[in-house]
Parts: sequence; C-alpha cells; structure tokens
Amino acid sequence: MAAIEVEGLRRTYRTTTGSFRRRSKSIEAVRGIDFAVGEGELFGLLGPNGAGKTTTIKMLITLLIPTGGKARVLGLDVVEDAKEVRRRIGYVFGGERGVYERLSGYDNLRYFAELYGVPAREQKARIGELLELVGLAGREHERAEGYSRGMKQRLHVARGLLHDPEVIFLDEPTIGLDPVGAREVRATIGSLTEAGKTVLLTTHYMFEADALCDQIAVISHGKIVAQGTPTELKRGVAEGAVVEVEVFGPAEEAVARVRALDGVSSVSVEEREQAQVLVVQTAPGVELTHAILGCLDGADVGRISQREPTLEDAYVALVSE
Amino acid sequence: MSALRLLRISWVLQLKMIMRSPFDGFGNVIYPLFFATVAFFVFRAGGGPRTLLYASLGAAVMGMWSSVSTSSGTAMQRERWWGTLELVVSAPRHFSLVLLPATLGLATVGIYNLIATLLWGRLLFGINLSIAHPLLFAFSVIAAVLAFGGLGFLFAVSFVRYRYAWVLGNFFEYPVWLICGFLVPLTLLPRWVPPISWVFAPTWGMNAIRESALGGTPLPDLLVCLALGSAYVAVGILVTDRVLRAARVSGSLSLT
Repeated sequence: MAAIEVEGLRRTYRTTTGSFRRRSKSIEAVRGIDFAVGEGELFGLLGPNGAGKTTTIKMLITLLIPTGGKARVLGLDVVEDAKEVRRRIGYVFGGERGVYERLSGYDNLRYFAELYGVPAREQKARIGELLELVGLAGREHERAEGYSRGMKQRLHVARGLLHDPEVIFLDEPTIGLDPVGAREVRATIGSLTEAGKTVLLTTHYMFEADALCDQIAVISHGKIVAQGTPTELKRGVAEGAVVEVEVFGPAEEAVARVRALDGVSSVSVEEREQAQVLVVQTAPGVELTHAILGCLDGADVGRISQREPTLEDAYVALVSE
Repeated sequence: MSALRLLRISWVLQLKMIMRSPFDGFGNVIYPLFFATVAFFVFRAGGGPRTLLYASLGAAVMGMWSSVSTSSGTAMQRERWWGTLELVVSAPRHFSLVLLPATLGLATVGIYNLIATLLWGRLLFGINLSIAHPLLFAFSVIAAVLAFGGLGFLFAVSFVRYRYAWVLGNFFEYPVWLICGFLVPLTLLPRWVPPISWVFAPTWGMNAIRESALGGTPLPDLLVCLALGSAYVAVGILVTDRVLRAARVSGSLSLT
C-alpha cells in the first residue's frame, strides 16, 4: 500500500472582485492530479510559485477540502478520516511564521506536544531529543522572537516531529534560508527517510529536489507535467541545446516571435543585473542563433552563448509549457 | 484528564503571552483606571458610600468584560497573522481545547482589572471596600471569569470562520455595559431590555458580585451565571466542527 495516494485531486477557490458590483470568480488551483508515494520514500512536488504545491499539501494534511478527486494518507481518506490522518502526519512549512514569538522555543514545543497528544511522561525526553536533532539545544529557553530565521525553521521541523509521525509533509522548508541554514535543514530532511519516514517535500529549487528526492512530480498551473526519478527527468532533456542571449528590455512581441520559431522547446527571460537574458531551449541538431537574433531585431543585444541543457533547464521547459 | 492538562498548560502559556506584550499590558493597566474614574464622577453627585461601591463594582466588571470582548477577536486574528491558526487546526485535539484556554486566559486578566479598579477607587476616591460575603464574592468573581471566558469562546469560534468578525468583539463591548446593568440598574431600562439581558452571563455575574459585596443573596445569580457560561461552551463546542469544516471548504484558514 502506498503511504500517499492521490487520484484526480482538484481544488477550486471562489473569490470576489469589485467593491460595489461584486462578481464571483472561480480559480482552479489544482486541476486533477494523480500520484502515489511509497512507504519510506522521499517524494518531491516541484513547481514555481502559484503552481498548486501548497494547495495540494493542504488538502493532504486536511486543512482544505478537495473540490474533486480522492486522497488517502496511510489508507485513510483525508476528508472522512481527517482526525486519524492528523494523528499520524507531521506538517512543517517554510518561513518565519507559525511560531509563538512571545514564548520560548521550549514552550512552543511543549504546547504542540500537548496538542498532538504526546504522553506527559514522554514529553521532556522527546523535546530534548528533537532539540538536539535540530541543533537548538541550549537555546530552548530563549524567546522565539530572538531566533534567527534558520533557528525558527529548525524549530518548525522539531515541532513537526514531536509525535513521531509516520508521514511528514514539508512545504518549502528551506525558503528564505541562507545556504548554511538550508544545508542544515536538508541534512535533517535526509535523516528522516533514514529513520523510515515517508516524506512529501514541496520546493521550487530543482537542485534540492534532485539532491533529496527518490521521485519527483513537476507541477505547473495545477497539473502534473512530468513525473519520475531525478535521473529520468534529466534524461528527458539531455538532448538539444540552450542558447542564451543577453538583451536589454526585450519586447513581449519579440519573445513571442522567438517562442514561435520551429525547433524552440521553451523560452524564459531571466533578470541579470541591468539586462535580461533570454534562455532558449532548442531541439537537437537545430541551429537557431541567427533566427533568434532576427526575432530580436531592433533590441539592444549583448553577449550570446550556447551550452548543454541542465536539470534547471528541464524544469523551466516543463513549467513553461 | 489529558484534556484538563491541555487546558491548564494552554491557559498558562496564554497568560505568559498576554503578560509579555507591552501594549496589551499598558491597555490592561490604564483602562480599568479610566472606567473607575468615570464611574466615580458620575455617581459621586447623588450617591452615598453604598452607591459608590455599587458603581465601583460596575466599573470593575466593565474592565473584565472589555478585556474579553475586544481581545477574544484579536487573539484569533493574531493566530492568523502569526501563521499558527493552521497549525492548531491541523492538530488532532479538538479545536475547542485550543480556543477555550485562550479566552479563559483573557478573562483571567479581567481579575486584575477588577482588583485595580477597586483599589483605584479606594486610594483616590476613598470608596469603602467592605465586602459583605468575602467567600461568595470570590466565587462570584471566578464564576464571572469562567462565564466571560465561555462567551468569549463562543465569539472566537465565529472569528475563526469569518475573518473580519473580530470587529464584532469591539461592537459588543459597549452595549453589554448598558444592557447587563454594569452601571445602570436594569429596572431603569425599557421593559423590553431585561429579557435580552438575561441571556447574557455578564448580567448574572454582575448581580452575583454586587449581591455578595453589598450583602444580599448572590447564590442564584452565581448559579445562573455558571449555567449560562457552560451553555456558551457547549454551544461553542457543538458548532466548532461545523465552523471548521466551512473554513476548510472556503479555504479561509490561511488568509490573514
């Protein structure tokens, strides 16, 4: 049995616009996705901001009711058996929120230990173990408002593990951390699967998913656009080339013309200091440099280079389709 | 037992958070003193010592009520701002065990309001603080705190579903002063007002506190106050699951 099973999962939000003449509008955040996560697996849900990662995770942790499809965690339906699901999962999200700043790190953990039903006689030892695991031992009696971002993030991780959950959901746990802090959190995540936990991780960092995950699903505009092991995903874009053109203020029409060229797989525009860089992924055996420059006629063009595609390019190609 | 333990620990932690906020603390220190001063000047003109104690007790309960009504809404709003609301909702324990200690913590701060108001009246205006039945007075104060906490809990449940409902907390602050007889006896109000007053536990809590202080029979009022407080909690618990389901359907839990 898979630890997490998702079938045709959908979520639509209703929102209103206007002040006097209010209009209701539906936004499809997740549009019928399917995936399964095996027990003990570290599964990455990878996608850009607004792709539907957090909405998916919130349906799985019972905070949102799906508008369609089914989801089961450890064989339990996330809507019908929400209470039992909550008992057996942990949830950690990135950023500085989610902490009672006026309480000490220890009091934060004590409160959540109570909320998660950790037996009173085990709480002290469990909190001590977790403080050691996340490197906060010795700082636990300081108020959380004085913690650095990285320390708060590690406190989140400790909180999510208090009740020794079987499945752990990590929603962008390294967002906003400095490289050292992010590496420490990644090391902690790696140790979770060694301890036999099933982990679902959302991230928009390709290298993070590559380094940590056994399986990756790439989500874009609420749909899964690719799924497989990191190696399988890399193989999908190993052929072809990437042309990078430094250009100053490219017009949208020019970018659209490049995108329409035969042999172009994807086009993205990256901001680099004063200029923008047009990153064009091309099909194998096609030379498009002149055609691309032709499309940019009239724009100030700087350096032009060609290189092999990376995993990052694979991701960009997938999410910009 | 574990539910009681959770209530106790959460209540202690809520009090810690309230006491560590300089702005909340400042408001809690200053407000009761204003209430006491206003009540004294209003009642000084026509009253003897007994009337002044009557007014002073009313001002004290005004402070207790204000602490609960305005803060129970903002307490939930803070959980949204801090990003902790989703975490406590997704915990396996019943959400009422999260809300109730929060509002009881706020109501407990009301005890300080009561003591500060009475002392202010004694020290600055010489109001005699002779309490006829000290033990019943203490029970009445505790019953009022519990009932106010229960009413705050009922408010807070709706604040979870409706983000802007915390404004209602402010809206209820002043009308309750009037319709629950904190300063003006209910007998002076139009005849259609008292039936409304009777469904509010503060009316009975106020009566119990006054009866025990001024020498009367506070027990019936005290019991009605506790019964109403328990009823608020029972209704709150019953609607919590429905409210949370509605919030999970609408996706409003993560909104600030």
